[in-house]
Amino acid sequence: MAAHNLKHALFCAIITLVISYPILGFNLESEGTSIILEGAGATTILGVLLAAVIVFLFQLFRDSVMGSLRQLPAINPLANRKPMEQSKRLRLESTLLTLMIIGALIWPFLASRGAVDLATLVLIYIMLALGLNVVVGLAGLLDLGYVAFYAVGAYTFALLSQYYGVSFWFALPIGALLAALFGLVLGFPVLRLRGDYLAIVTLGFGEIIRILLNNMTSLTGGPNGIGGIPDPTLFGMEFGRRVKEEGNTSFHETFGIAYSGEHKVIFLYLIALVLAVITAVAIRRLMRMPVGRAWEALREDEIAAKSLGLSRTAVKLSAFTIGAFFAGFAGTVFASKQGFISPESFVFLESAIILAIVVLGGMGSQMGVILAAIAVTILPELAREFSEYRMLIFGAAMVLMMVWRPQGLMPMRRIHIELKRQE
Amino acid sequence: MLEVQNLSMRFGGLLAVDQVSLDVQEHEIVAIIGPNGAGKTTVFNCMSGFYKPTGGKILFEGREIQGKPDYRISRLGLVRTFQHVRLFSRMTVVENLLVAQHRHLNTNLLSGILKTPNYREKEQKSLDRAAYWLDRVGLTDMANRDAGNLAYGQQRRLEIARCMVTEPRLLMLDEPAAGLNPAETKDLNQLIISLKEDYNVSVVLIEHDMSLVMDISDRINVINQGRPLATGTPDEIRRNDDVIKAYLGEA
Repeated sequence: MAAHNLKHALFCAIITLVISYPILGFNLESEGTSIILEGAGATTILGVLLAAVIVFLFQLFRDSVMGSLRQLPAINPLANRKPMEQSKRLRLESTLLTLMIIGALIWPFLASRGAVDLATLVLIYIMLALGLNVVVGLAGLLDLGYVAFYAVGAYTFALLSQYYGVSFWFALPIGALLAALFGLVLGFPVLRLRGDYLAIVTLGFGEIIRILLNNMTSLTGGPNGIGGIPDPTLFGMEFGRRVKEEGNTSFHETFGIAYSGEHKVIFLYLIALVLAVITAVAIRRLMRMPVGRAWEALREDEIAAKSLGLSRTAVKLSAFTIGAFFAGFAGTVFASKQGFISPESFVFLESAIILAIVVLGGMGSQMGVILAAIAVTILPELAREFSEYRMLIFGAAMVLMMVWRPQGLMPMRRIHIELKRQE
Repeated sequence: MLEVQNLSMRFGGLLAVDQVSLDVQEHEIVAIIGPNGAGKTTVFNCMSGFYKPTGGKILFEGREIQGKPDYRISRLGLVRTFQHVRLFSRMTVVENLLVAQHRHLNTNLLSGILKTPNYREKEQKSLDRAAYWLDRVGLTDMANRDAGNLAYGQQRRLEIARCMVTEPRLLMLDEPAAGLNPAETKDLNQLIISLKEDYNVSVVLIEHDMSLVMDISDRINVINQGRPLATGTPDEIRRNDDVIKAYLGEA
């Protein structure tokens, strides 16, 4: 046992040295036109050695370290509390939700412009994560190309406004429906695939959309993106200082208040809030409808589901389509918020982050996913100073989560259904 | 109501089922027995549409169903259980029964999202049906447990209940008594008879528990090495020399 641990620990320490020394231990310095290799300073080399020692010690005492880590949840005061009664919990949840929504409605008028802008982004991520939750959490279909539907929504609005001058409110349903159509189209080839194979195909699909957008320069402007996407209007009232489109009036003149750039930000935030609430409510209802149960049934046991007359095709396609629909929603809002979009915004990392939100929050759990979306979007903003280490912290957080709470922040709770007793 | 004519199923070089014929009348319990590997489950898989038979015909209420997709066959009223219980284990017991009723709850998405009165009424009906069958198989107290946490015998009963809420015409049970203790087997025995008597469902079952088979079957089909060996009432089968040979080996 001990000998085995020692061997393993030595091996790990050597690997650490082998990997980190060439990366950190040498610097490339330019000297005139040529580049020379220089050894790094003593502190760096000391750091590398220290890291190797830490890895060695950790691996040597791994069992006891991990054992004491396991004990940690016992310190958590919430760990051993009895689960609340269903009726009480539901009441508490609904009051909390109402308070949260009221708070979210009032809050932007008190907060700073930057904060409201960030909150809009959070809401967009909430929409995305709730949509992906349908595909991954409920239907159990690992989709790594979800960002493609987001891109479809955003580009639909951008292109429609550029070529046909379509306004936000018309583009919103079109963008969502078009994204849903793409979801359907992606659904067909992957009907027979599951697990890893499905993940690879969806990953490819996401890349195809991005690369298409990048290369169809004549239509999409390629890497230059599309700018000048109009802001949403409120019953024909624009939020800019001057009215851009004929026939519209401007918001501040109609109400006789001084112009402020904040109006627009707050208005966008409110739109995103309303859409996010609609998304959450709609998906919540869907989850408890036959179609929602069919998604879960297919995730649990495909053969049993088919033996009960569920069509695999219909169930899978509906999950992809509905998931994509809400991504289209989010995409349209995103395009309007940014005013400028390019394929840069729809890289694979985006898909990965949305997926991470779903996994962190707890697959299938709406509250969990919303909390995780808030955390994942806001924390990097708060830790701006450490922005270089953002991905490092993100990765570490994921690993720790998987060790402590593999089921996610707030795992999905099954709804209890009261039955009338048979006489 | 069900007629299987000269059914054959070939996997590459292996002829798993060879010219098997059987029929099930209304209001009848038919058993399929045979030694392990005889091809009983393969016959089931062909009948329920999981396999596409390579030869022969399957008629259900006069319509040819061989080669139809599985979910269509079950929608016709031909529903099966599995040799190894296949429940939706991370869903609750009630939810398992609700999933099975999706056809009766044939609503469009919008009426569900808006919760129209019509939708509520249908939902209540399916809940009532679920409650009825939970009571019938004695699982009412477990209604909100995860199906995967039930005891094995309870899982078996839930699987049958899940088939029954779809209101099938013909129920196919693949080794329903496997893994049950004698008391549970007795309960199962009564349940299957009651399905036939009270709900007018015909039953085809595969079973190794001979006392159960002899007790409840109206007729028995014996299959050996993919080939039909004998057909008849329990008494005839008990006295059939070929069957005794196949089971006990030649003396």
